[in-house]
Amino acid sequence: MLNSKRLVLAHFWLAFAVFGLALLLGEWQMFARSPLNPWINNSELYYRSVTAHGSAMGYVFPTLIAMGFGYAITEFALQKPLIGRRWAWTGLALVAIGAVTAMIPVSLGLASILYTFYPPMIANPFFYIGVVLVVVGSWIWVALMSINMAAWKRDNPGKPVPLAMFANVAGAYLWGWTAVGAAIEVIVLILPVALGLKATIDAGLSRVFFSWTLHAIVYFWLMPTYIAYYTIFPRAIGGRLYSDAMARIAFILFVVVAMPIGVHHLFADPQVGAGFKFIQSVFTALVALPTLVTIFTICASAELAGRLRGGKGPFGWVAALPWGNPMMLAVTFSFVMLGFGGAGGLINMSYQLDASIHNTQWITGHFHLIFAGAIVIMYFAIAYDLWPHLTGRALNSIGLMKAQLWLWFVGMIVTTFPWHYVGILGMPRRMASYDYGNPAIAPEALSVSISVFGGLLLLISAGLFFAVLIRGHRAPQSDPGIYRFSVAVHQPARVPVALNGFALWLTLMIGLTVVNYGYPIAQLLALSGNAVPAVYVGATR
Amino acid sequence: MSTERLFTFKNPWFGAAIGIAGAMVVLSLVAGFVILPYATTNAPFAGLWDAICSAAGVPRVTSDSPTPKPPVVTSNVVMNSQMFGAPDARSVGRGATLAMQCAICHGSNRQGQVDTPNLEGQPAAAIYKQLRDFKAGARTNVIMGPFAVKLGEQDMLDLAAYYSYLPRQPGSHPDPVAIAPQIVAPGAPMRNVPACSSCHGINDAKLGAPWLDGQSAVYIKAQLQAFATGTRRNDISEQMRNIARQMTGSEIDEAARYYASRP
Repeated sequence: MLNSKRLVLAHFWLAFAVFGLALLLGEWQMFARSPLNPWINNSELYYRSVTAHGSAMGYVFPTLIAMGFGYAITEFALQKPLIGRRWAWTGLALVAIGAVTAMIPVSLGLASILYTFYPPMIANPFFYIGVVLVVVGSWIWVALMSINMAAWKRDNPGKPVPLAMFANVAGAYLWGWTAVGAAIEVIVLILPVALGLKATIDAGLSRVFFSWTLHAIVYFWLMPTYIAYYTIFPRAIGGRLYSDAMARIAFILFVVVAMPIGVHHLFADPQVGAGFKFIQSVFTALVALPTLVTIFTICASAELAGRLRGGKGPFGWVAALPWGNPMMLAVTFSFVMLGFGGAGGLINMSYQLDASIHNTQWITGHFHLIFAGAIVIMYFAIAYDLWPHLTGRALNSIGLMKAQLWLWFVGMIVTTFPWHYVGILGMPRRMASYDYGNPAIAPEALSVSISVFGGLLLLISAGLFFAVLIRGHRAPQSDPGIYRFSVAVHQPARVPVALNGFALWLTLMIGLTVVNYGYPIAQLLALSGNAVPAVYVGATR
Repeated sequence: MSTERLFTFKNPWFGAAIGIAGAMVVLSLVAGFVILPYATTNAPFAGLWDAICSAAGVPRVTSDSPTPKPPVVTSNVVMNSQMFGAPDARSVGRGATLAMQCAICHGSNRQGQVDTPNLEGQPAAAIYKQLRDFKAGARTNVIMGPFAVKLGEQDMLDLAAYYSYLPRQPGSHPDPVAIAPQIVAPGAPMRNVPACSSCHGINDAKLGAPWLDGQSAVYIKAQLQAFATGTRRNDISEQMRNIARQMTGSEIDEAARYYASRP
């Protein structure tokens, strides 16, 4: 039962359209700074492109996926129409208007500050206003998810909230709270300067607020992927979810510890004390826990499916898995990329190891492997899984789907592995041009060139992805049947109240935020003389 | 089970969650604020409380000795973009009167003066900063020094307003199709030389940086050489000295010629 097909479809198509455009920019950037291209003499063009690519891929694309998927989950899992559908359309409109508002100054070269803002650089105010509109639009979604779950619980007292909805609301709450950091940064610190009411800005405090958002935003991007692991994948491969409780605990752990850890992005920044960097490093290590729980549970679920399909022995079940199934491929690729990306992440979060790769291309490689690789490949899989229910037409291009997923996987490995490598060699990130003729940089030339071809594979893969979806829209109508989420081995008849709601976990989330961020923020607020003159970009004279 | 109470230590989930989170916080606090500071060799603190404050990042005075005075006068100009908003007509008018004493060396009517900058159309911040530095002695010149000493704060703002109000004059030998040399467009990243154009025009302009289009090549070259040899040192944080020292002689020539050829 899906009453809001048009709503969900609108979210997905807008998301993928933004993704397609931003992907083109990404590949151009890889080419522009590679040895295959003579130096672009106007590096501003490069930073303009990076800003557009990052803002679109970081803020707009995953937010729309999470929103659209969230609305679909609400109706599928709760089996009742979405409450507040008009508000949902309003949220979508805000995201769309915000994206356009932000992209106009970016394309005019008035906001080349990258999606991480980097005060004291100050862009045209419309860039920030656009970003705020996107966030406000997504907050409407957060509120709607909360309201829909509360209404369902009121109507079904004592019953466990369906896992998909529980996880969906976990993602919504995580985003609702984590976006507060960047919202404070933009609204309180940056916008007054961008509007010309102030001429100085506390860059250190701004960066601390941004770090509040910067790490947990990755877990917000991750949520749809993890929801698909737990609630779609076991069903799609003909198995059962190994444990419903483990799934709930994993999502709860994300809510609690994904947020108060962002200072590990500031290891090289002087304005936060070493003690707080250490605490947040410890909590960053903790956030590996829900991922390890997930890998265990999902592998166990796959083993169940393999054995149900007749696999025997310690490894026979692996061979028995449905390898021709696109969902099977997508999750496998996603796990491989998550494994490499997670291992790299452990290096980033270690104070001393980070020093060797901080601000190098390693970091860019890392977050592309995790986000563009492990996460986005599951966005494709989610779209493939939902599309027949959204359009009432079957997706028959199984071969194309498999080719698309293979290309994305191989392309992402070929793109990001050389990126990691040149990072270890010391190649800095955020630069438009490198003098490959210099003996110190020449060894990086081959790796950088290889990653350009990886990017090309990603472009081809995205082309196939659009082809699959468009062919789906043109297929004859057919009844996709009832949409089902995975069923657990022991489907719970009831769960402890702690695993059926978020009151305790939100309290802990906010409490840990106060512990981990309270003092550093209070100290920077109390100190005077931190502000530096703003540097307005795009002011040609 | 809907009557099950959550926020009570009788609920094992509540106890476990608060207990584990609390234990993690306490353990990491002890490790991060006590054990690790003491684990560092030649620890820069005295006593437990000092260690905790140091790990928390409380700013401290690390030395009792007074800040040494620099042997030369350095620039003490602090600017922000609000100081140079739209100037009022009176300020521009006063600046025009004051500028009569400047025109003989600076300006489009000057005769053969290639060793002075053309000020017409320069950003107000650039004019203001140089005047302040000449007055304070951070930048020295036997001709400019005596002129600047007489100027008051408002005089300098007025002169800045006037020159930024004037339209910029084209260079003497414009070449609109000249291609920016490497040092101007991407700079020399391996030598820590950013692109000239990222502060001085073409791609972007920064507060206080002069606009170099159409300036005399002789003047640009002389200033780069002065920065490189350290005879000019009124640049903030030595940024221009560090850049000029890293530039080769031919790069200085290329940059000077290119900017002089800009229309």
